[in-house]
Amino acid sequence: MALPERRIYRHALPTRLSHWLTALCLVVLIMSGLQIFNAHPSLYWGERSDPDRALLRLKAVETPEGETRGVTEILGREFDTTGVLGASHEGGGEFEERGFPSWATLPGPQWLAMGRRWHFFFAWVFVLNGLGFSLWALVRGHLARDLWPTGADLRSIARSAIDHVRFRHPTGAAASRYNVLQKLSYLGVIFGLAPLIVATGLAMSPALDATVPWLPGLFGGRQSARTVHFVATFAFVGFVAGHLFMVTVTGLWNNTRSIITGWYRIRSEGGMDDTA
Amino acid sequence: MTPRKGLNRRQFAIRGLQLLGASLLAGCDALSQRDWFASMLEGAEGLTRTVQKIIVPRRALAREFTDADRSPVFRGNGTINPSEPEYQALASTGFAAYRLEIGGLVERPASFSLAELRSLPSRTQITRHDCVEGWSAIGKWKGVRLATLLERVGVKPAARYVVVHCFDALKEGGDKYYESLDLEDALHEQTILAYDLNDERLPLTNGAPLRLRIERQLGYKAAKYVRRLELVEGFDAIGRGKGGYWEDRGYEWYAGI
Repeated sequence: MALPERRIYRHALPTRLSHWLTALCLVVLIMSGLQIFNAHPSLYWGERSDPDRALLRLKAVETPEGETRGVTEILGREFDTTGVLGASHEGGGEFEERGFPSWATLPGPQWLAMGRRWHFFFAWVFVLNGLGFSLWALVRGHLARDLWPTGADLRSIARSAIDHVRFRHPTGAAASRYNVLQKLSYLGVIFGLAPLIVATGLAMSPALDATVPWLPGLFGGRQSARTVHFVATFAFVGFVAGHLFMVTVTGLWNNTRSIITGWYRIRSEGGMDDTA
Repeated sequence: MTPRKGLNRRQFAIRGLQLLGASLLAGCDALSQRDWFASMLEGAEGLTRTVQKIIVPRRALAREFTDADRSPVFRGNGTINPSEPEYQALASTGFAAYRLEIGGLVERPASFSLAELRSLPSRTQITRHDCVEGWSAIGKWKGVRLATLLERVGVKPAARYVVVHCFDALKEGGDKYYESLDLEDALHEQTILAYDLNDERLPLTNGAPLRLRIERQLGYKAAKYVRRLELVEGFDAIGRGKGGYWEDRGYEWYAGI
């Protein structure tokens, strides 16, 4: 039995544009960020980076047999991560000391100056894009209409969470709106995580620190800001992983088309969910 | 769908993703080599500099810390013992024969011995040094304000930058280290030529006998082993023309971020 279908215009052009710009920026910023991190692959807490007080350190060690091993040290505990963290090789060459491997960094080879150029250019794109989207969403009602949770939404958090765990996703007209967990995670990323990453990035700027002396202090010091910048970025990667997972299980093609063309297809009430 | 077909399809998808990833990476690395792309990325430096110049008040001071905040060891980075014979000769006599020369676009070119520099009014500051690599160290610097020296020699109206020429080459026989700063930073209250670190004579590893402290920019601007200052209108004719040793190698001239 063919279920009746209708198409709705789900994502406005500014949403789609800023979505893809954000995706591009994230890939470039994370990979160039890892290139920058590799210049000093350790993290600390406070203002200073005392070598004996690193929270995390990626390093290479030489075994008595003359082998190079990659070591990840977290809070004093060491893990062998040869080939990925601490020591890896480009192509088929020898293992060499390198925080993150060349396939994860931009540029691939060790090249801090170029990594910084990529990072700061796309940081501007990321920030201006984010500000533009937020302003548009506020002024044109996208924020209030589609993203801000209603009272009913907030009361249904537990139920929505259970539905997510059981892979029961809204169908029909309900699928045309964001559910409450979706709203909260989007809001959290747009107005929580992304500004946190930008603020901790800015806190590492010595010129800005002279202007806004409390900024690094907000995070416990410049080195703490660097650590938070790093951890928050991985939280963002976690969000992207969850996002891609949900996109896939709730209809990969339908979702992908709607974020490209804007058009989303929904089945009528009572229909099966769309798992095209 | 048979399992066999699914496996092939999955393999195909994985292979495709790997290829896509590899070509994206190769594409990005190729872009890095292109002049037009590199200069587009460089555009961001101009934007950052412009915005920071607007936001950061000219006289804003970098935060000063207390004695207790200092790093147990102030790390030496880059050159830590210049091998140049001329430098070694000066170092062996405790820099007794050292003279800081100031020339270029100045009214009265002059040179100063370390004793003369020490007899001038001094400034002491405990500041955080932020290396472009990502690490930070806090140290107590004592030295003479660059503004004090510039006042003595008289800056000609045409001068726009102070070029700091150094004794050391990072690689033996290679280009000598140098840096440049604009007059706004040169006259800044915390811009000093430091001769003491943590209440002792500046150690060899940290730039003896004299190092520049410029506190609102990254560490590579704070040139060590200072030999001579030159006031210039532009730095196109110096080194490779980008205003500094690391700038000539792709780093930003404005290192406020």
